[in-house]
Amino acid sequence: MAARALTITSGKGGVGKTTLTANLGVALAMQGQRVVVIDADVGLRNLDVMLGLENRIVYDLVDVIEGRCRLRQAMVRDKRLSELFLLPAAQTRDKSAVQPGDMVRVSDSLREQFDFILIDSPAGIEQGFRYAVAPADGVLIVTNPEVTAVRDADRVIGLIEAEEKGPARLVINRLKPNLVRQGEMLAISDVVELLSIDLLGVVPEDQAVLGAANRGQPLAFSENSSQAGRAFHNIAQRLQGQDVPFLTFQEPSFLQRIFDFARSGGMGS
Amino acid sequence: MIPKTLTIKGIRQGLLITLSEGEWGPQLDALGAYLSANPAFFRGGRVALDVGARRLNGPEIRAAAELLAHHEVELWAVLSTDPTTEAAVQELGLVIDLGPSAAPPAAGPAAEDELSRSAGPLADGLVIRRTLRSGQILRHPGHIVVIGDVNPGAEVVAGGDIVVWGRVRGLVHAGALGEEGAVICALDLAPTQLRIAGHIARSPDERRSKPVPEIAMVRDERIVAEPWSAGW
Ligand SMILES: Nc1ncnc2c1ncn2[C@@H]1O[C@H](COP(=O)(O)OP(=O)(O)OP(=O)(O)O)[C@@H](O)[C@H]1O
Ligand SMILES: [Mg+2]
Repeated sequence: MAARALTITSGKGGVGKTTLTANLGVALAMQGQRVVVIDADVGLRNLDVMLGLENRIVYDLVDVIEGRCRLRQAMVRDKRLSELFLLPAAQTRDKSAVQPGDMVRVSDSLREQFDFILIDSPAGIEQGFRYAVAPADGVLIVTNPEVTAVRDADRVIGLIEAEEKGPARLVINRLKPNLVRQGEMLAISDVVELLSIDLLGVVPEDQAVLGAANRGQPLAFSENSSQAGRAFHNIAQRLQGQDVPFLTFQEPSFLQRIFDFARSGGMGS
Repeated sequence: MIPKTLTIKGIRQGLLITLSEGEWGPQLDALGAYLSANPAFFRGGRVALDVGARRLNGPEIRAAAELLAHHEVELWAVLSTDPTTEAAVQELGLVIDLGPSAAPPAAGPAAEDELSRSAGPLADGLVIRRTLRSGQILRHPGHIVVIGDVNPGAEVVAGGDIVVWGRVRGLVHAGALGEEGAVICALDLAPTQLRIAGHIARSPDERRSKPVPEIAMVRDERIVAEPWSAGW
């Protein structure tokens, strides 16, 4: 079966596209899928760092497009999961080096050997976004439960609908259940009502995400040690058509809060 | 009133203005007068001009572009059956057909997102069966019906009435060509702003807990919205 190409995009920057791409890549590969993640954020590459693969890069996406190497040579195999590959972005070039047709060609030549092609889109709605969605069979929209992020997500969904790149499915990242309860943050239902697309998953705010990114060891590697890790695995399963119930997020207990406090302030993580 | 020398309709990429035959200068004057009379309808829009079989040179086309730009309207295409005109249009970096590949990518807030579909002649209604999302602008000289929501950041601008079978959260402007009698109806009317002809209203900051269908109109120089009841 040929791979499905899924583009992870958001409009607004910094909402967690790269985090989601890295963790989904890991979760899908752990679940036995053959996965390639493509860093389409040319000039601002991050995905290699989050996956801990930076020191293995020899060639990159732009080298492939400009014919300086073969596709296989640019792909970096994950050091932990044999079925996970990274196609890194060029760091020293800008987004004008890539055309939508290039992304379509690269993705097409990967389809036979993989089950999933995950494309980490740059923020914004310009050139980088356009080439990142060009090969997509489906799009994952990442947003945070904040008015501005949701507004930008809506804008992007409109563009995707106009280009018929759907279906677009929604991932809400960095949910803080206690803030929702205090009315300081949009609830899941508010976001879904406004965007009116399918909800694929909800990932809670988790301080461990940052540490994991810095260590190059995405949280999804230890799927049951955190709710965020669990959420990434659930999303991976839903992408394979499984019906997985949504997590319910409890207000952290008193003890948990003390623990969080110690982790964040007291112990200088 | 729209002058007899021009017709306007909403198309996928914005507005299409067709100029009838006759001398270029006076035609442009009529267009200019119409734009000045209806700034609310045109401002920020994108226009394709259909000039028919006219033979125009570069400066004549540029005059049209400048006239439109003066009214904050972007000219992106000029359609003509005359090859000389077409060459002059391309020389200026403008597009000569409306094909989907010809549409320039949306850039900045002034760009009409690749939206909607073509509408019939002026008096027709335009029915859009989907949700309008942030950054999308729908503009049509006749009536507009949206079956779906109008999200925050989206705009609907109609010469006539606007009916939304859904939630209105964005900006809606009915009677934008000056029709004071235009109305706006929606299943849930909580727009960022409501405009009818030259009047502007914000919705109350309190949101209704349970939305009811409403109709908004101008009464005594003010926009009023009231719950819809059968037999209105
Ligand atoms: N669920 C989460 N809990 C806590 N922190 C998170 C979570 N998801 C992402 N972050 C943090 O948010 C920051 C931005 O994440 P990320 O780089 O994945 O966003 P992005 O959308 O790819 O950004 P850009 O638009 O710059 O590419 C990072 O510091 C990351 O650690
Ligand atoms: Mg990123």
